[in-house]
Amino acid sequence: MTETTTRTLGAYVHIPFCASRCGYCDFNTYTAPELERDGTTVSPATYAERVIHEIQLTKTAMSTEVRTIDTVFFGGGTPTMLSAADLVRILSALREHFGLRVGAEVTTEANPDSVTREYLAELHAGGFTRISFGHQSSSTKVLHILERTHTPGRTWDAVRWAREVGFEHVSVDLIYGTPGETEDDLRATLDDVTRADVDHVSAYSLIVENGTRLAAQVKRGEVAQPSDDVAASRYVVIDEHLTAHGFTWYEVSNWATPGGECRHNIGYWHNDDWLGIGPGAHAHMRGTRSWNVKHPAAWAAHIDTGNLAIADSETLGPADIAHEDIMLRLRLREGLNLGLLSVKGIGQALLAVNEGLLVESEFAQGQAVLTDKGRLLADGLVARLWD
Amino acid sequence: MAANAPVPGATDPAIIRNFCIIAHIDHGKSTLADRMLQITGIVDPRNMRAQYLDRMDIERERGITIKSQAVRLPFKAEDGETYVLNLIDTPGHVDFTYEVSRSLAACEGAILLVDAAQGIEAQTLANLYLALENDLTIIPVLNKIDLPAAQPEKYAAEIAHIIGCDPATVLKVSAKTGVGVEDLLNEVVKQIPAPVGDANAPARALIFDSVYDTYRGVVTYVRVVDGRIPTRDRIKMMSTGETHETLEVGVISPDPMPSKAIGVGEVGYLITGVKDVRQSRVGDTVTLVGNPAEESLGGYRDPVPMVFSGLFPMDGSDFPVLREALDKLKLNDAALVYEPESSVALGFGFRCGFLGLLHLEIVRERLEREFNLDLISTAPNVVYRVVMDDGKEFTVTNPSEFPGGKIAEVYEPVVRSTILTPSEFVGAIMELCQQRRGTMHGMDYLSEDRVEMRYTLPLAEIVFDFFDQLKSRTRGYASLDYEPTGEQSADLVKVDILLHGDPVDAFSSIVHRDKAYNYGVAMAAKLKELIPRQQFEVPIQAAIGARVIARETIRAIRKDVLAKCYGGDISRKRKLLEKQKEGKKRMKMVGRVEVPQEAFIAALSTEDSGAKAKEK
Repeated sequence: MTETTTRTLGAYVHIPFCASRCGYCDFNTYTAPELERDGTTVSPATYAERVIHEIQLTKTAMSTEVRTIDTVFFGGGTPTMLSAADLVRILSALREHFGLRVGAEVTTEANPDSVTREYLAELHAGGFTRISFGHQSSSTKVLHILERTHTPGRTWDAVRWAREVGFEHVSVDLIYGTPGETEDDLRATLDDVTRADVDHVSAYSLIVENGTRLAAQVKRGEVAQPSDDVAASRYVVIDEHLTAHGFTWYEVSNWATPGGECRHNIGYWHNDDWLGIGPGAHAHMRGTRSWNVKHPAAWAAHIDTGNLAIADSETLGPADIAHEDIMLRLRLREGLNLGLLSVKGIGQALLAVNEGLLVESEFAQGQAVLTDKGRLLADGLVARLWD
Repeated sequence: MAANAPVPGATDPAIIRNFCIIAHIDHGKSTLADRMLQITGIVDPRNMRAQYLDRMDIERERGITIKSQAVRLPFKAEDGETYVLNLIDTPGHVDFTYEVSRSLAACEGAILLVDAAQGIEAQTLANLYLALENDLTIIPVLNKIDLPAAQPEKYAAEIAHIIGCDPATVLKVSAKTGVGVEDLLNEVVKQIPAPVGDANAPARALIFDSVYDTYRGVVTYVRVVDGRIPTRDRIKMMSTGETHETLEVGVISPDPMPSKAIGVGEVGYLITGVKDVRQSRVGDTVTLVGNPAEESLGGYRDPVPMVFSGLFPMDGSDFPVLREALDKLKLNDAALVYEPESSVALGFGFRCGFLGLLHLEIVRERLEREFNLDLISTAPNVVYRVVMDDGKEFTVTNPSEFPGGKIAEVYEPVVRSTILTPSEFVGAIMELCQQRRGTMHGMDYLSEDRVEMRYTLPLAEIVFDFFDQLKSRTRGYASLDYEPTGEQSADLVKVDILLHGDPVDAFSSIVHRDKAYNYGVAMAAKLKELIPRQQFEVPIQAAIGARVIARETIRAIRKDVLAKCYGGDISRKRKLLEKQKEGKKRMKMVGRVEVPQEAFIAALSTEDSGAKAKEK
């Protein structure tokens, strides 16, 4: 099929380490004491070695793959728990085994606290083009509730250094709707963001995930349950502020100035292909999703014996693929081609236009595109469009 | 098994004693009956099942007797004679007053059995009055005298006051240990008169129970008043004129013992092969086709359903199963009536009529247990008679059928109720009965600290959580009995509940105008809690006709989207949304509003709890 060559190929590299665990976080990440307790030799210092080994094994398993990599994303955890040299070595391994397309986008997430100007310079020199800082909030009160360690001002130093050393794209992540956060707290954060030289913002409403310390605090009544109504109001504040400062939403939770969109993430929403490297990392290849074993020790045991660390996989049927396409593409500003919907689904889309959830002019041109209101109600709409 | 026991069909009435036990649930009636079976030797102690006479599982679990049975006990008394004691077991609940009255009509005497630690209860008192009306000889007995909490002197005085006897004549037994039970049987022989009937007159037998048996068909329990009923003869049901052949007649002792006949004064069963208890109705008179009696024994009455409720299968595809189940239950329950009903909110089900709340609850539980059905039942309601200005009349068994237009009068059923309570709660009960539109008819002190209160109340008020309220206001001490006495005209209105402008039939209710506002406010508030937010604002209104009397608003949901959806989230999120969508299929659509079935159940269940509390 010619289609396979037109799908872009991404690579996600998971770095499962953090200096401390934030109260709200349920990601697959570990602190040094946790790793020690679990009795594993996996550590930030030895991690790059095994990741590079996994990249070799992956390429061997995919020897017929002819595509070079379009985008790379280092996420975590805290990728910057690794030395800049290690991150660059891993990137080099991807380049060596799969090839990096000219103009490839290479992003790493970063904790503003754990980077210096020199560190950033080393990353950029090694091929990184984009950096995404976890800022979350400018309010020390909110950061305290989130149990984030960094001081808010540090982010803006890091953004400035990143620009100075030549990063083409700089993003910040925000969390809104934290219990105790006021609208003024959020506005102050947004003022900081749009004063800084960033071209991309991701904003996520705080979710209380089961099993986190935050969930326990909410259960005990120490922290209020975040409210969806508050989150909706805050979202509107964010969208209005960013739009007024030259940003445009391109996905439900993502805004960018022109050209600042994250190509790697767009690959997810287009259901393109990507490799997943590291413990718990997910991969998608032509309708098959697979994921690695979750714990770093289990993952290392596979890699050390020369095996891939795939825990399980799922081959998507046509109905699954259709569902995912609708679910993912509807999140994007470019929207969803109505041709992907059934007749009943199109009927639902028409109803949604009348309910103010989809843009009427776009509908007339064959696209389902969320309105401002519709963006907040996308999940309910997805289920209806599946009809 | 007693040797040389008198033969059924050839027993001299002079040695027969027909009696029943009047007692409240838990006061030990079944245990006493068990002990009598043992003492008279018809059940080997090793074969003794606890509460031998209660057949159905539900009966045994709840400790109550729904269907009566009659057992023939040969007993050698102090005087050296062998007597035939026929113990007729009576249902012990308010819903079955008519059945109780027929059982009593089959007896000459009754044992009034009262828990020595609790004293007499309202239902017992009501049945006692019924027995006195039937001129039965009453033998008062205190049970559970072995309990540390027993107060035999106190309650003997109370019973003596009620029936007008000497407290010293109240027998004291422990059915559990057997103490005093043999003495009691001797008293039965001495005090209760032998049956009087004409052995040579055309046969007349009173049906006091009929039970459907899967293998035998309907088993009819009769008391022969005149003549005899032989096997292999043609019999006639005097109310319907239907004739059948007696394939088998006999007595229960305690297992069925076929005999050639059952004679004057005796109690026994007959089997004709009919398959539906409606063909063998409680209260009817059986005679012989060959030599028919001129007059029936009288007192026959068709069972009248007093309480209606919609029963709907949780899973709509179970509708045929429900139909079949009701058809089967009907074979054994002459009082159960039903017809198909469809509800916008609940789908297809049946409008069912019951004798009362316990009857409803028993039927519902049997449907769920024996037929594996999950059911939603709508709030029970009574039967209304609506007279229009133009003279037209409607009988309303379902609030959603309450007529619009110009209504002249609405009549509702009323009951005469008896409440027994410790005297400290008299004020609380008066207040409750006042709120429930009751009229007081009298109050008597049964003893220093126990009071009998008599009220006329609308049945609808009793059906609507009265029992719960009574129990909670009296710390569980008060007891209630009631029986229908007729109807009264009242200022009743139908309150509709509208969701986003669409009426929800399952929530319509007929209430007194003074209470319409409270009902509307409470229902709207409850639904606001139960119905999830939709993508649009949903007003909940309570209305009488076109006039809105209460309103709540479910605010529109503003955000449902999960903020993050990256590579590792896709599978999980798709499955989550698919699951939610599957869940939505189980939602009922009221207009455009999606209402989870649980919301209907929760909104309906609190009003239904009166029935559940009743047998606790």
